[in-house]
Amino acid sequence: MPILGIIASSRLSAAATAYESIATVTVGSGGSANAEFTSIPATYKHLQVRALIRGTASASAISANMQFNSDTGSNYSYHELYGSGAGGGQASDGTTQTRFFLHGNAPAATALASSFGVAVMDILDYANTSKYKTTRCLNGMDVNGTGGYILLDSGNWRNTNAISSIQITPSSGNFAQYSSFALYGIKGA
Amino acid sequence: MAAGATYTPLETNTLSSAASSVTFSSISQSYTDLIIVISGNTASGGEVGSNIQVGNGSVDTGVNYSMTELYGDGTSAASYRDTNKDYLNILIATSGTSTTNTILQFMNYSNTTTYKTVLSRSNAPSVSLRTAVGLWRSTSAINVVKIGPFTGSWATGTTFTLYGIAAA
Repeated sequence: MPILGIIASSRLSAAATAYESIATVTVGSGGSANAEFTSIPATYKHLQVRALIRGTASASAISANMQFNSDTGSNYSYHELYGSGAGGGQASDGTTQTRFFLHGNAPAATALASSFGVAVMDILDYANTSKYKTTRCLNGMDVNGTGGYILLDSGNWRNTNAISSIQITPSSGNFAQYSSFALYGIKGA
Repeated sequence: MAAGATYTPLETNTLSSAASSVTFSSISQSYTDLIIVISGNTASGGEVGSNIQVGNGSVDTGVNYSMTELYGDGTSAASYRDTNKDYLNILIATSGTSTTNTILQFMNYSNTTTYKTVLSRSNAPSVSLRTAVGLWRSTSAINVVKIGPFTGSWATGTTFTLYGIAAA
C-alpha cells in the first residue's frame, strides 16, 4: 500500500541487470583460514566483492588481507582514510606491500559478540591486460562503543595480468563462522 | 561458478508532499544485501542527520543502535560515534537546491545469526560529506526500514529506491 504522501510508491517486478552474482564463500562452523575465488571469468568489465567478516583470533580486531592471482610479491600498495569514532579523521598508506586490505579492522574474538565487519570493494577493469589494477573499498565495523572503524581504501596491484583469482586471508587466526564473501561481475557495453 | 543477474530494483518512493519519514515494509527475504538510494533534500533548515530504524514486523524503538562515522566539511575531517541509541544517525541531509545523495547498504540483512551492519555514504554538496557504519544489535532478519531526517521532514520530490542483491 502506498505510504501517505507518496504517489509513486511502487513494487517493481524483477528485471535483468548488468550485475551478476558469480560465487559466494560462506565460512562454516569450523572457521576457515582463507577464502578464495578461482577461475574468475574475464567476461565482465568490473568486479565487486561484498563481505561480512569476523575473526577467531584472540584480539579485538583483525584485518582481511587480499591478493590477486596468488601473487605473494611486494606488488601491492594502498591508501586509506578512516575514523575511529573520536577525534579527527586519519590516514595511512603502504607501499611495496605483499597485500592490501579488503577490511582494515574487522571484529575478532574479544569484540562484541555477533558483530561483523562489512566491506564493499570495487575492482575496476580487472580483465584488462594493459593496466595495473586499482580497487576502491568502503568498509567498517561498529561494536557499540570504542573499537569501531569506518574506512575508505584505495588499493593498487602493480601487474597487468587479468585477475583470475582472489585470495582473502585474515591477519591472524581464522575467519569465524558466518563470515561470507560474495563476488559479483558488472558487465560493460 | 554459478552466475545470475541480481541487483534487482524492488520499490521506489517519490514524495508528492513533505513527509517526516519513509518506510519500506514487508521487504522480501529473497536477497542477501539491501541497497537504498536516497536523492533529495529536507523540507527546511540546515544540515541534519538521520533517524533510521529497522526491524522485523515493526521497527525496533529500543536503544539497540550504534554507529561510527567519518565526516568532512571542506575544512577539517572528524570522527564521531553513537552508542545505545534508539535510531541510526548515519546520513546527512540539507534543504535547498543542492541535492543530497545517500547510498545505504544493509549487509546480510536476511540472516538470523548475526547482528546487522549497514554502510552509508552520504553527500550534501554545499555543506559536507559523511561515511558511516551502523549496527543494529539484533539477529532478527530485517524486513522493515524507516528513514527519517533527524529533525523536520523530507522535501517533496525526494526519492527513495530499494534494491536487492542476491549472492550465489
